[in-house]
Amino acid sequence: MENVSPVAAVTPKKKKMNWNRLLPWVLPVLIIGGWQLASSTGFLASKTFPSPVAVFQDGVALAQAGTLQRNIAISLYRATMGLLIGGSIGFALGVLNGVSKLSRNLTDTSIQMLRTIPHLSLIPLVILAIGIGEPAKISLVSIGVLFPVYINTLHGIRSVDPNLVEMGTSYGLSKWEIFTKIIFPGALPTILMGLRYALGVMWTTLIVAETIASDSGIGYMATNAEDFMDMETIILCIVIYALLGKLSDLIAKNLEILALGWRQAKEAQQ
Amino acid sequence: MTTTTAAQPLLTINDLGKQYGPKVVLRDVNLTIQQGEFVALVGMSGGGKSTLLRLIAGLEKMSTGTLTYPDVAPVIRVMFQDDRLLPWMTVRQNITFKRNDAALQARSQKMLARVGLEKWADQYPAQLSGGQKQRVALARALMAKPQLLLLDEPLGALDALTRRKMQDLILQVCQEEQLTTILVTHDVEEAARMADRTIVIKDGTNRYAEKGPDKDDPAAVGVVADQILHDIIDPEGGPA
Repeated sequence: MENVSPVAAVTPKKKKMNWNRLLPWVLPVLIIGGWQLASSTGFLASKTFPSPVAVFQDGVALAQAGTLQRNIAISLYRATMGLLIGGSIGFALGVLNGVSKLSRNLTDTSIQMLRTIPHLSLIPLVILAIGIGEPAKISLVSIGVLFPVYINTLHGIRSVDPNLVEMGTSYGLSKWEIFTKIIFPGALPTILMGLRYALGVMWTTLIVAETIASDSGIGYMATNAEDFMDMETIILCIVIYALLGKLSDLIAKNLEILALGWRQAKEAQQ
Repeated sequence: MTTTTAAQPLLTINDLGKQYGPKVVLRDVNLTIQQGEFVALVGMSGGGKSTLLRLIAGLEKMSTGTLTYPDVAPVIRVMFQDDRLLPWMTVRQNITFKRNDAALQARSQKMLARVGLEKWADQYPAQLSGGQKQRVALARALMAKPQLLLLDEPLGALDALTRRKMQDLILQVCQEEQLTTILVTHDVEEAARMADRTIVIKDGTNRYAEKGPDKDDPAAVGVVADQILHDIIDPEGGPA
């Protein structure tokens, strides 16, 4: 038994300014700076590619009119509802097929066949079936996020070390305890990876759905701006999508840190 | 640990056999384990020692034979070769399985103290050494106050010094808790040093039984270890 001190293992590092945290923002700042410089010097024509300042001013004007907040809110609503519905179905199916051989044999082949269909190709079918209202857009997002969540949940559960399950069984844990204390925590890293991927799919699907058939949302704002050759708004919409994408990724990342704190202890030890 | 003359059988195995498809792993195993006894099962790799232990633990079903307990079925706990700690739980949570029971929490404190890890209660397994992980596994096995402790080569991956310390700790704990213990090991010296009785599993059955030596006499341990080794590799067989 090695005499490793527990104190040494958890000694906190001295706090100091971590410049590495700023590093990921260097490139975006340089791009925006270069973009502004190119616009100011006339290298980029303002009519075809407006400057960052012009885009920002357009954003402020839209916000003052209330249009920006309204469209962002409706897009967020569609994204969240789609994620909740599709993610819940994907998670439930993944858990069911992960723990039940009967269910897996019955449904997995069919789900895998459906998965290979590009979900955006379903847009005409969805519009014809349920119109262009909110249910259509939410359905498309749901279908988009369902499969990554399903695949990762199933894979996560199937990859849990069977020796740990055997240990739990031999130590008298109930089936529920084996699921909540061994299988689910063991599968969680993979499930969260699937969620992170699903968030990307969620925004992509929403952009397309709002561009094709909508009268509100960020996608609609971009399509509408296209009709009026309003380049500032089009670029503003792209920037908003990028920021929302980054925000959702940040939420998923923090969720990982929160749920998988034990992995940080491992990394700190290494 | 010494087997007293008044000891009662805890477990009786009659004509036990196990096969996977056409492959026979164990056949005609007949054994009686006395209460409080420390028995070692030794033999060549793939000889069926671990399979026998898994059958006793109820982790697998036997193909033939019977396994009976003269009294009520004992509480059995297994300590595996790999520690099988849950990496997402702290040391304390690993031994209580996150059950919020006051008596369980109190016992966990006692067990952690017994294996010398009370200061490590809130650490994760990744922050422990190999020997410390096995001590947590031992504490976890002791939590349910088992009557029968099954050790499936739990010290196989440890260095010599840590291994020796773990052997002493297991012997001490088994004596204090008056446990009946079955140890599977490929290390004949470990068997001779720890066990009251060593059983050689050869050709899928229990062929020989050795009495344990005087554990305080290294020479006696060596003699018995040599005899066990001879029995394992002797192609002509030996006393049944």
